[in-house]
Amino acid sequence: MAPPEVYEVAVLGGGNAALCAALAASERGARVIVLERAPRVFRGGNSRHTRNLRCMHTAPTDILTESYSEDEFMTDLLRVTGGMTNETLARMVVRASADAPARMRRFGVRLQPSLRGTLHLSRTNAFFLGGGKALMNSYYAAAERRGVDVVYDADVVGLQIHDGRFESATVRIDGREQQVRARSVVLAAGGFESNLEWLKEIWGEAADNFLIRGTPYNTGTVLKLMLDAGAEPVGDPAQCHAVAIDARAPKFDGGIVTRLDCVSLGIVVNRHGDRFYDEGEDFWPKRYAIWGRLVAQQPDQIAYSIIDAKAVGRFMPSVFPPIAAASIRELAALIDVPAGTLAATVERFNGAVRPGTFDHEALDDCHTEGLVPNKTHWAQRLDTPPFWAYPLRPGITFTYLGVKVDERARVALRGGPAANIFAAGEIMAGNILGKGYVAGVGMTIGTVFGEIAGREAWRGASSDTSASQAEHRAG
Amino acid sequence: MRADPIPVLTDAAVKSQHEMTVCNACRYCEAYCPVFQAMEERLTFTSGDVAYLANLCHNCGECLYACQYAPPHEFGIDVPKTFSALRVESYEAAAWPAFAAPAFRRPWTTTAVALAAGALASALAARTLWVRDESAAFSAAAARTFQLRGTADFYSVIPHDLMVMLFGAVGVFAVVALVVGYRRFARSIADPTIADLEGPRRAGIGAAARDALTLKHLHANGEDCVDAEETRRPWRRWMHHCTFYGFLLCFASTSVAAIYHVVFGWVAPYAYTSLPVVLGTVGGLGLLVGPVGLLLIDRRRDHALTHSTQASLDAPFLAMLFLTSLTGLLLLALREKTFMPSLLIGHLAFVLALFVTLPYGKFVHGIYRAAALVKFRKETTS
Repeated sequence: MAPPEVYEVAVLGGGNAALCAALAASERGARVIVLERAPRVFRGGNSRHTRNLRCMHTAPTDILTESYSEDEFMTDLLRVTGGMTNETLARMVVRASADAPARMRRFGVRLQPSLRGTLHLSRTNAFFLGGGKALMNSYYAAAERRGVDVVYDADVVGLQIHDGRFESATVRIDGREQQVRARSVVLAAGGFESNLEWLKEIWGEAADNFLIRGTPYNTGTVLKLMLDAGAEPVGDPAQCHAVAIDARAPKFDGGIVTRLDCVSLGIVVNRHGDRFYDEGEDFWPKRYAIWGRLVAQQPDQIAYSIIDAKAVGRFMPSVFPPIAAASIRELAALIDVPAGTLAATVERFNGAVRPGTFDHEALDDCHTEGLVPNKTHWAQRLDTPPFWAYPLRPGITFTYLGVKVDERARVALRGGPAANIFAAGEIMAGNILGKGYVAGVGMTIGTVFGEIAGREAWRGASSDTSASQAEHRAG
Repeated sequence: MRADPIPVLTDAAVKSQHEMTVCNACRYCEAYCPVFQAMEERLTFTSGDVAYLANLCHNCGECLYACQYAPPHEFGIDVPKTFSALRVESYEAAAWPAFAAPAFRRPWTTTAVALAAGALASALAARTLWVRDESAAFSAAAARTFQLRGTADFYSVIPHDLMVMLFGAVGVFAVVALVVGYRRFARSIADPTIADLEGPRRAGIGAAARDALTLKHLHANGEDCVDAEETRRPWRRWMHHCTFYGFLLCFASTSVAAIYHVVFGWVAPYAYTSLPVVLGTVGGLGLLVGPVGLLLIDRRRDHALTHSTQASLDAPFLAMLFLTSLTGLLLLALREKTFMPSLLIGHLAFVLALFVTLPYGKFVHGIYRAAALVKFRKETTS
């Protein structure tokens, strides 16, 4: 479809940030079009796989316990990014996050307190009832109620930008290229994590063995078009958020269920049967994100988490069945790891385990001595069959490269801020999240900057309208 | 880990196990309903476990529309639909007598056969009177009685004792079949590792009854569940209430009438303002409105939510409820007319057919849902 009319705001993308922008613009009266690359059933970008957003609050609410102050949130952000953040923008996000739940609810979003399994986030994160796809369903329904035009299967293949001004986007819909004209544009099309060619340019052949946890539609087309058009980049172009996930996960869109929570309960070996990192360094949620890179550095980008019967029932069940065997040697045969090496690794590990009191809820005193590397907590002998193995591969969550923005979400071009180009969500998250990650902050950035981008895009478009009307009257 | 009591698993059971494994690794839906809360108590899923979860499911659509793994995703998760198919299998597995189980796969045929049998039985029952009357050559006394009492006397068409015998037999049969089904089902979903049957016998029954009578889990989050993506309307719940309470009131009407007859010796017909007639009329109206409403909702319902084997059970049962009520109300309104006997025979045919098919149609969903709700309350309170 895409009628040949001129919109006030065009939103490129269809995830959380895109819809927050579209709603912010349309609730102020703007005529808005959303160009979502995915078909309707897979709409919502990586937001479909999310579950919560981090938000500050000064007192307990119906969905959040205790309080989570601005300073504490900022401290968490500075810690995970190692200071690689624009503190002005970061503080804006933190402060605005306080109003996010109320605002979301106005658009029909339903929130819930976190329940068992996620209780460690009950203080800091507001959970979407039913998860991110339900959130996106609410946003899309709100957008449709407000008369926002949503076009699915709309692939943006070109941007017409002259003198720092967006004029139109070339969009391929049903195989036909059309121009979508708008007074302002919001770029909310995500990163490039599902662009396998781009990943290979950075990581070489190893990228062939990466799994993409989210949508296959985040190929970074809009990001690349903007960088080519002179947008200032932000974030390390060679970094991505990667976790170790089950190697049997689908290439794309495996989402949350492919994660494995048993790493800290056993040992992890590479395909040669050797251990390569301290599996018990810290609580698993805190070490979740470094294991992607660790596995990526192993031969053939594969590793195996090995546990024994004592660990069963102590971790969230995985969606894939464990590879089980009655002995370590049998297990080695099943996972195609040299049996002698694996048996020796386990024997050395078992011999190095010092007596202690196992407590998976605390940094306990169960550790090894004399190994390289040692396991510093939760080290228990692997001696009780059946032995279970889970294969691990790097699972890419998102990329850090983005476009630089200012506090009005305006995209920075080489000659200064763009007049009518705004960005929100993963495509600009690198401004705040230069590296690292803390649960739910991506959705916070998308929600807050989506609102800012939508509002500023509307403001730009309406001042543009009044300017052109004034011009018209003068003429 | 427990041994699975039923080693041969159906496609629906295998699919349910796959879906629960994926769901249990995701858990995004855990705040929607007891299905997911009960799921989280388990690491693996036996055929009994999935049958229990399937019967806990009220077949709304929240979890499907919220699912990042819904078809066409390769995981193909559609819990409402998969469970709706599994429920029918659990009805079949628990059916008594077992040879009647195929009735669930041919609901219209079952209904038609039952209706034919009901019509025949009613007609024969009425015929006994005529035969007797004929043999008495329409004695002057009988004719006088007939005129005196007026045509509203149902017992002049079918004698009271015969009616009691006929309906008593069908009623007892239906109750026995339902009780056996309930017990079989409850046993099949019992899980010795989760202390549901260990707890006090009554624990949870009251709470489960409230859950069932209020359809709590169709609006558990303070708002009605979806009946289409992002569409939350109360109609499915209210139409179900009309149907369920309509049925209950009609049942109460008959029970009160029986007490009047047996205890007080007050013989029908009863006045329009009498308790049996008022209860029957209000209940009958509920049974007109509710089934029609549910049928209309069914027609517009997303096919992704319900498997065809489950969906096909709805229309015959709803039609039977509607027609039983309609004939009953007509009989009430037109009981003074000369064609009353035909109406009575028709109505009794529907009632007989309805009761004889209760254990082999949609009605049983309430029985097994109740068993599942009781188990859920026992699990969560123990």
